[in-house]
Amino acid sequence: MKIKDTVHYDWYKKVLIFLVILAGIVASAVVTEADFLEVMQNRKQMYLFLEKFMKPDFAYIPKILGPMMMTLKMSVTGTVLGVLFAVPIAFLATEVVTSNKAVTFVVRFILDVVRTIPNLLLAALMVAIVGIGEFTGVLTIAVFTFGLVSQLIYESIETIDFGPIEAAQAVGANKIQTAVWAVWPQVMSQIAGYTFYALEINVRASTVLGYVGAGGIGVMLNSSLALLQYGRVSIIILVILGVVAVVDFVSETIRRKLR
Amino acid sequence: MTRSKGSMKRILVGALTAAVIIYCAAGIDYSGAASFSPKLALDVFQGLLKPEWGYFYDGSGEDLISLLLLTIGIAFLGTAIATVLAIPLALVSAANLWKGHTLVPRIGKLVCNVLRAFPELVYAIIFVKIVGPGPFAGVMAIGVHQIGMLGKLYTEEMEAMDEGPVEAMMAVGANFWQSLFFARVPQLMPIYTTLSLNHFEIAVRSASTLGLVGAGGIGAPLIFAIQARGWAKVSIILLGVIVTVFLIDMLAGVIRKKLR
Repeated sequence: MKIKDTVHYDWYKKVLIFLVILAGIVASAVVTEADFLEVMQNRKQMYLFLEKFMKPDFAYIPKILGPMMMTLKMSVTGTVLGVLFAVPIAFLATEVVTSNKAVTFVVRFILDVVRTIPNLLLAALMVAIVGIGEFTGVLTIAVFTFGLVSQLIYESIETIDFGPIEAAQAVGANKIQTAVWAVWPQVMSQIAGYTFYALEINVRASTVLGYVGAGGIGVMLNSSLALLQYGRVSIIILVILGVVAVVDFVSETIRRKLR
Repeated sequence: MTRSKGSMKRILVGALTAAVIIYCAAGIDYSGAASFSPKLALDVFQGLLKPEWGYFYDGSGEDLISLLLLTIGIAFLGTAIATVLAIPLALVSAANLWKGHTLVPRIGKLVCNVLRAFPELVYAIIFVKIVGPGPFAGVMAIGVHQIGMLGKLYTEEMEAMDEGPVEAMMAVGANFWQSLFFARVPQLMPIYTTLSLNHFEIAVRSASTLGLVGAGGIGAPLIFAIQARGWAKVSIILLGVIVTVFLIDMLAGVIRKKLR
């Protein structure tokens, strides 16, 4: 910790940043017509919703277990597919591996573009192109994972210890050899960690993918919402919650072991 | 680098992972892919290559630029609300601040997990019911969802932080609040800012989808255009979203570099 890490250092700059952020907040509140009193005034609507919501339709559980399993399968397949593609591309996105600014820039640019498309929109696009179904969900998750994980991987490659790379280069290793023997061992466990992290996100995301027709539990969620069957909505959400918690727990346990 | 030591275990873990993956991949219905027609996809791509520039700005307030600004506004306000509210939540749920009490942090973490577990889309649907359709519903949806996300991440950072400076301050007689503001905050500030920035980026992406359920932003016209297969309009909107998110990511990158 240095003097510049303390609260007092350059305080006028901090005040300025604070004012800029405040201005941003006020401006956004104006354009979005934010009115927090409205939330309070209309809390009756919330109670009404919650009241129906608090009576989960437990009899509906057997019907949602199948789609829920499907959602899990979709997430796992999509995540694995995405990571498989992400690893080689992420290696290309670092100067550490390529030692070529142009390649790195182009690859990163493509990755940035992939990452900018929100997954629900990606799903909607995929549904339009490939058609309605589970496979579309898998593709969406794969593309989304690819964008997410490749960035995480190339960022962690940039923070590795450069010693082994220099050592490998000193004994005449080419770029591929350097990548496999000096970079890969250092990021391997992190990549495994990111895979589980992506899986957690994907399980969550894939629960709503069905909303646009990409299969899984989201289809049930969508139809129950459309029919105003809040009892069913709440049991679906409860099941999702349970599954997400289990996946998070498993993945966190594994990630802790990987560290 | 002890390859031989746990090699049995390694093989076992590998086999188990492979089995799970194969089971999952085999359980998916690929029949949807059979109906895929290259001609249709080609049509889509051809349409996507011809953006409808007229939609970019027409002064009606329903054009691309105004809706994109609105989307950014939704994301910014949502993230700001979440950041402000996630900090107290993190203070409650960080186990290292509650030495001896395991119950309080557990409750805090449970709150985070419950908030996080609902998809943003579901929040959006609820808030559209409460405050009516419009951008404000989107703000609330993103805000509430991100309290859970940021709360969890803030807590993790708090628990992983270097306790050295805190102990040093405690040793010379600082109380809890003094050590919080002078040892913990300075250390965590850059990380927290980075996380909030990250979530602002994520929020911009989700804000652009919330229009699907009537929570404002660019999402609604985009979904309508996709459903109507108006690829020229889809193209210009996607282009707009990509450029916006790209610019915000770049800006965030610059800020992040300064924080280091």
